Amino acid sequence: MADYQQMWADLEMDLEKHDALCEVLPEAFGGIYLTQQDRPKGMDFYDFVVSEIHGVRPAEMLEHQKKGGKVFGTFCVYVPDEVVFAAGGIAAGLCGGSQFWVSGGEKVLPANTCPLIKASVGARLDKTCPFFLIPDMYVAENTCDGKKKAWEILAREVPMHIIDLPQMKRERDIAAFEAEIRDFIVTVEKVTGNKITAESLGKAIKLINNKRRALQRVYNARKASPVPISGKDALLVTQINFYDDPARAAQMANSLADELEQRIENKFGVFPDNAVRIMVSGTPMAIPNWKLHHIIESLGAAVVVEESCTGTRYFENLVDESASTLEEQIRAMAERYMKTNCACFTPNSARVEDIIRLSDEYKVDGIIDTNLQFCNLYSTESYLVKQSVTERNMPIMHIETDYSDQDFEQLRTRVEAFLEILRK
Amino acid sequence: MIVIGIDIGSVAAKGYIISSGHHHRTIIPTGWSPRDAGQVIIDQLLDASRIERDQVERIYVTGYGRVAFEQADKTITEIKCHARGIAELYPEVRTIIDIGGQDSKVIRIGEKGQVLDFAMNDKCAAGTGRFLQVMATALGLDVSELGHAEEPGQMQTISSMCTVFAESEIIGSLARGNPKGGIIAGLHQSVGKRVAAMVRRMGIKEQVAFTGGVAINPGVKRALEEELGTRIIVPEACQYTGALGAALLALENR
Repeated sequence: MADYQQMWADLEMDLEKHDALCEVLPEAFGGIYLTQQDRPKGMDFYDFVVSEIHGVRPAEMLEHQKKGGKVFGTFCVYVPDEVVFAAGGIAAGLCGGSQFWVSGGEKVLPANTCPLIKASVGARLDKTCPFFLIPDMYVAENTCDGKKKAWEILAREVPMHIIDLPQMKRERDIAAFEAEIRDFIVTVEKVTGNKITAESLGKAIKLINNKRRALQRVYNARKASPVPISGKDALLVTQINFYDDPARAAQMANSLADELEQRIENKFGVFPDNAVRIMVSGTPMAIPNWKLHHIIESLGAAVVVEESCTGTRYFENLVDESASTLEEQIRAMAERYMKTNCACFTPNSARVEDIIRLSDEYKVDGIIDTNLQFCNLYSTESYLVKQSVTERNMPIMHIETDYSDQDFEQLRTRVEAFLEILRK
Repeated sequence: MIVIGIDIGSVAAKGYIISSGHHHRTIIPTGWSPRDAGQVIIDQLLDASRIERDQVERIYVTGYGRVAFEQADKTITEIKCHARGIAELYPEVRTIIDIGGQDSKVIRIGEKGQVLDFAMNDKCAAGTGRFLQVMATALGLDVSELGHAEEPGQMQTISSMCTVFAESEIIGSLARGNPKGGIIAGLHQSVGKRVAAMVRRMGIKEQVAFTGGVAINPGVKRALEEELGTRIIVPEACQYTGALGAALLALENR
C-alpha cells in the first residue's frame, strides 16, 4: 500500500484509532474474499481498491479539491448524482458499514438507532474515515426518522443539504421531487460556482446511466446457471461503485461483465449447477458489511441478486436521455428516481412486485429478506413481503441483524436450516 | 447398520445410538468444550451398547456445538433434527416448540416430517432456559426444582422481558413478601407469553409438541397451554428428540 500517512494527518484524522481499523480490514477481507475459488480476473481492480480503501480514491478527491473542484458526500440512492457531476463536482456515497464506527455514533445517538446511521455518524465524529472528512458538503435525505435527526447532529460538523423525499408516489409527489432537484441544482451551483446547463446535465445523465447499464450487465450475468460470479464479489462491485469515479466504475464493471459473459459461454461457474440460488432483499449493505453474504455462501448457496440499495435499487431504471432542455431533464430525473421502491414510501407494493419479478428473472430458490436492526420501515414491511411471496410458494426467511459478530453462529444455524428446506 | 446421532446443546449434550432395532441414549452437561462432550457421548454410547467405534457406520451431529466436532460424517441443524425426531414419535404433530438453553424455536412441519418454516428467538435470553436458570439462582433454587415449586393460584406477574430487569423484579417481589411459588408461576407465564407470541406469528397448527430441556418443566408446559389454548404433547424423552432425529437421518443417509 502506498503511504498515505501525511494525507491522513492533513485531514486531521485520529491516526491511532485509524491504524486499528486499517489493521483489521485486510484480515477480514482476506478471510472473506481472497479465500474464494475461481474469482473473475476483473475482481483484481476491486481488490486493489479495497487494499487502498482509505488511500487511492480519497487522494483523487483531494486532488480534485486542490484544482478548485468540490466534493459532495451522499447517503442515499435518491440523491441525483447527475447534478453534482454536471457542475464539475464529485459525488461519493458515504454510508458506514463497519461495527468499528458504531461506538462513535452511540456517543450521540439513541441505542435503538440502526447501525448504518450509527456507523456513519461515528465515522465522522471519530475522524477515522477520510471519505467523511473530505466533502465540502453532505447531501442527505429524510428517508427515515433516524437519519432525519442524525443529519441535524452532523450539520454542526459540515454543511448539509437535505432533500425532502416525498413518501407517496402520486403525480404531485413526482412534481415535488422535481422541485427538490431544482433546489439541489441551486445549492450545487452555489457551492461549485459552476452553472449547470442542458449540455452539462445531459452529459452527466449519460455518465451515470452508463454506470447503471454496466452494473445491470454484471447482474444479468448472475442470471446464468452455473453463476459466473459470487454474490460477495458482485456486492463488492456495487459497494465500490457508490463512491468510485463513475466513468471508471462503468469501464471496470463492463470489462468484468465481458469476462462473465465469456464464462457463461464456457458454462463456467463459481458454484455448481445445482447450488441453491438465493435473493437477498431489504436494507443496504454498506462496505465493508459482507456478513450475511458470507454466511450464505460459506454454506454452499449462491447469492444471485440483491434487491436493495446496494443492489438493483441502485441501478435499475435509467434517466430518459432524449430529454434536451433542463426542464425536460429535471422531469426525466424525477421520474427515474421516483421509480425506486424504498420502504419509506407508502404504499410500497411496487417493491413486492420487484421482488417477485427479480425472483423469476434470477431463478431464485429462496429469498432472505433482511433488515438492519432497528430499521422499523423494512422490518415492518417484511411482514407484507412474506405474505405476498408465500402466496406464490416462494420460500422466504426474515433476518434482522447488525454489523457485529455476536449473532454470527445463530444466523448460520438459521440460514443453514433454511437451506435444508430448499435443498429437499 | 449402526448409527449415532449427537445433539451438542449449550447446556447439555445428548446422544442416541441405533443398532439393529435397539437404542441407547445418554445425556451429559456440555461443559466448556463441545468437542470433548461429543467424545464422551460417543464413548458412553459405545460402552452401553458394547459396540466398537469402527462398527459405527455414520455419526451425524447437530446443535450449536456441531461445528466444533470433527468426527461428524455430517452436520445438520437442530431444526431439521427436531422435526425428524418428532415425526418419528408423534406423526400427527405439525408444530414443534423447542426451548433450549440459549434459544427457543418454533418449527412448522409437514406430513412427512419435513421442515416447512421456522422461527427463532436467538438474540436475547428471554424465553429460554437461561432465563429460568438466572431466576432460579435468584430464588435460591436449582432450575430443575422450578417446575414443581410453582403455585399458579398465587400468580405474581413478572412484567420485565429482559433477564436482568426480571431478576431485579423478582428480588423486589420477594422483598415485598410475595410467595415464591407465585413468583415461579409468574416466571413460567413470562416464558410462555414470550414463546407463544412467536408461535402465533407462525400460526398454531395442531398437534403441538414441546421439546428441549425446558419441556421437562411442567410449569412452562402449563403456561404455554394456557397462552395458546391448546393441548401440548411433551415426549417422555423431550431432551433427546434432536439426537434421535440426527440418528434417524444418519440411518436414512439423508
